[in-house]
Amino acid sequence: MSGNMNLTLKVWRQPNGNTKGTFVSYPAPGISPDMSFLEMLDVVNEGLVKKGEDPIHFDHDCREGICGMCSLHINGRPHGPKQAITTCQLHMRSFHDGETIVIEPWRASAFPVIKDLAVDRSAFDRIQHAGGFVSVNTGGVPDANAIAIPKPVADEAFNSATCIGCGACVAACKNASAMLFVSAKVSQLALLPQGQPERYQRAQAMVNQMDTEGFGSCTNTGACEAECPKEIKITNIARMNRDYFTANFFKEEA
Amino acid sequence: MKLDAKIPEGPLAEKWSKHKFNLKLVNPSNKRKYTVIVVGTGLAGSSAAASLAELGYNVKAFCYQDSPRRAHSIAAQGGINAAKNYRNDGDSVQRLFYDTIKGGDYRAREGNVYRLAEVSVNIIDQCVAQGVPFAREYGGLLDNRSFGGAQVSRTFYARGQTGQQLLLGAYSALNRQIHEGKVEMFSRHEMLDVVTVDGKAQGIIARNLVTGEIETHAAHAVLLCTGGYGNVYYLSTNAMGCNVTAAWRAHKRGAFFSNPCFTQIHPTCIPVSGDHQSKLTLMSESLRNDGRVWVPKTKELAAQLREGKIKATELKEDERDYFLERKYPSFGNLVPRDVASRNAKEMVDEGKGVGTSGVAVYLDFADAISRLGEDAVRAKYGNLFDMYYQITDENPYKQPMRIYPAVHYTMGGLWVDYNLQTTVPGLYALGEANFSDHGANRLGASALMQGLADGYFVIPYTLGDYLATIGPKAIDVKHPAFTETKKAVEERLQKLLSLKGNKTVDEYHRELGKIMWEYCGMSRSEEGLKKAKKLIQDLKTDFWKNAIVLGTNEEFNMSLEKAGRVADFIELGELMIDDALDRNESCGGHFRVESQTEEGEALRDDEKFAYVAAWQYTGENKPEALHKEDLKFENVKLSQRSYK
Ligand SMILES: Cc1cc2nc3c(=O)[nH]c(=O)nc-3n(C[C@H](O)[C@H](O)[C@H](O)COP(=O)(O)OP(=O)(O)OC[C@H]3O[C@@H](n4cnc5c(N)ncnc54)[C@H](O)[C@@H]3O)c2cc1C
Ligand code: SF4
Ligand code: FES
Repeated sequence: MSGNMNLTLKVWRQPNGNTKGTFVSYPAPGISPDMSFLEMLDVVNEGLVKKGEDPIHFDHDCREGICGMCSLHINGRPHGPKQAITTCQLHMRSFHDGETIVIEPWRASAFPVIKDLAVDRSAFDRIQHAGGFVSVNTGGVPDANAIAIPKPVADEAFNSATCIGCGACVAACKNASAMLFVSAKVSQLALLPQGQPERYQRAQAMVNQMDTEGFGSCTNTGACEAECPKEIKITNIARMNRDYFTANFFKEEA
Repeated sequence: MKLDAKIPEGPLAEKWSKHKFNLKLVNPSNKRKYTVIVVGTGLAGSSAAASLAELGYNVKAFCYQDSPRRAHSIAAQGGINAAKNYRNDGDSVQRLFYDTIKGGDYRAREGNVYRLAEVSVNIIDQCVAQGVPFAREYGGLLDNRSFGGAQVSRTFYARGQTGQQLLLGAYSALNRQIHEGKVEMFSRHEMLDVVTVDGKAQGIIARNLVTGEIETHAAHAVLLCTGGYGNVYYLSTNAMGCNVTAAWRAHKRGAFFSNPCFTQIHPTCIPVSGDHQSKLTLMSESLRNDGRVWVPKTKELAAQLREGKIKATELKEDERDYFLERKYPSFGNLVPRDVASRNAKEMVDEGKGVGTSGVAVYLDFADAISRLGEDAVRAKYGNLFDMYYQITDENPYKQPMRIYPAVHYTMGGLWVDYNLQTTVPGLYALGEANFSDHGANRLGASALMQGLADGYFVIPYTLGDYLATIGPKAIDVKHPAFTETKKAVEERLQKLLSLKGNKTVDEYHRELGKIMWEYCGMSRSEEGLKKAKKLIQDLKTDFWKNAIVLGTNEEFNMSLEKAGRVADFIELGELMIDDALDRNESCGGHFRVESQTEEGEALRDDEKFAYVAAWQYTGENKPEALHKEDLKFENVKLSQRSYK
């Protein structure tokens, strides 16, 4: 087909967490600009399998930018060159014929490599176990329209709630800080009336867990905001910091 | 075996409350002596796991993704139905019940559907209490939109990501229970078999997808919340990992599989762009609130469009055929999915398809944009338009979208009774994995409702009854059934790993998908189905000879995972064909060319086919046995569906 591209991939290969990894080059010929980035990898992988070589392992599932599973560092940027999309939404028309594409996993000590491009992001889950909820049981809750929530408040909470937990913010940060992710989660509930009763303990518990997981500290460089596929705002971090310090203040009072 | 659906006696509106009263309860102090396994953490699984743990049971939950939050429910876009009647537009439990039964083309149980409508209102309350940010109006109250198959506005939504917000709500409830130590979470684990002891489900065998370790887990009951099997078609709107393995393994252990051929083909998806295509992307049904579906009036115009000689925007009004509005004046573009899909296919078959491939129709927003303004349209559908633009490189604000139907949802699934128990005692199926509530066609925004109804409001009651009956005695993991089942799983994995042929597993999957789409897709005929059956049998034999499966069990191995899933899909495909052959009527998404009205609409045959087909596995390469559960309609009058 006309318009197809011949590319070279430089891919991080690492059999497992205990073995050192290295870059390996693969040709990717005849790539259609209409393919998604992951479809391009599928094609390369099918070629590898045919030759009896282990396919390149990477995480993915929904392939429409919402599950947060895909996680590739492409040419030095989490989720590749375009703004506000995930790797699975990236299409090959964003690359040009003859290009060499470097593909790496998320790099952060709190996200150890499992194999090739797949990393362990369970630290994100553990942060949410620590407090990412409103303590209500099933049943016995008030009617949904019993509390009116001003639309601007609801919209602002929604903006924070769109975080897909992909970890690009961590991968983008030179300190591997998870502040953007954690603050998005904290903010959603901090903004809504339902989240008020546990607001300060929540912020504290989640931040403490984040520190335990070994994420770096925030030095306000803003790389996270620039790379976040859901355009989560860095103002969430300021909001979380306020809640965190308020929590400490109340603790000292008590 | 006689199928007993255990639908409670009495008037429809009292069945569920009476039943709840009659169910046995587990004493609060005994609950912690029970363990329940929940496989799957989508809406059905997360809500069930959290609710059961809140009651005091110990729960072990499993999912194949790296986090429970990534279950495929996350991808639902449009919304969730509930009979809240917040609009004052005439909605009620009765109406939601009626719309769902009718939408399902009278192939679902009255009792189940009524219960679903009844608990729908509690779901919205629960989600809001958890902090789910549904769309709101300026007065601060919840907003609604309309979906296909209904004439009221009862769909609650959260921009174009209702699924993500609902799942994050259920996931937060799950997280709280993990924090409390009541739920033990096993991510990156794939269930590969059910362990039955004396005919009862008492555990599962799961593979740790990172280390390859084959693990044995025992419990008093097992809940399968493992989603749908649309990926049997290779291309679908499902996530890449969606599979039938858990349900299929359970089927082979005695759980009957119901109505496997009932698949939903969603009318508004982005068309296939080439052979490399790995999945299809849905454009939410909500778009049909404002988008108008059309094709050019003549084949000649369509050909010119395909060749790029003219542009869609240049066609005059009288050169366009708004075929849904023309044929169904009262529902127009909002006819149910099966009707919309079949009509699109008809247009394409007549040579009026558009796009370079000719396999697409238009969904046009020009009217809505001139009526409401581009900003208003952006506020409503912006993320969907962006998604479309991202994939196709075409701007839907300036030219109509191209859409075509794609496999989206499976109404079929494991047979369950009113308590959501399969034919294996102690084994339950919830959410898309069961067959229960949508008959032959699911209405938009009703799957999220059903998943959460099952998990939050049905299983916490019905499971207790079973657990109280069997008692809290610890499960004996030393029972030989555990070691035997584990051995069978290991042998199968080794057999797969021994395949060193010349065809990739993806090639088999694509081939299977083509057969299913061609012969068991939007229209089905006896001749085609018979041909497909043979093709699938051959494909199966070929797979077990010539597939390539690489690596070892003791590692993260994509190749092995995929092979196991595709092998199960191939077997399921054959059963779907059998089911479609058996059902020589057209109903909902199942269109048999032999059974249509003069106008080409689906023609049901209630005399012969008002039953649920429940298939029993009888052994490797043996024909499955068909059991029939007769459907009784005491509250609605069966009529030919009409959306005219
Ligand atoms: C693109 C898209 C949009 C949709 N939009 C809507 C909508 O707007 N409204 C609506 O009502 N419905 C919608 N649906 C349908 C709806 O989203 C699904 O039917 C529903 O979410 C299914 O939920 P579930 O809990 O049953 O399964 P899922 O959410 O699919 O979860 C399945 C779970 O099972 C696990 N699992 C599967 N197999 C195994 C195994 N062998 N071992 C271990 N774990 C396993 C998975 O890890 C996952 O956790 C949409 C569907 C799609 C595809
Ligand atoms: S904040 Fe953005 S980058 Fe970070 S996890 Fe959430 S969506 Fe991903
Ligand atoms: S695969 Fe789901 S966000 Fe990319």
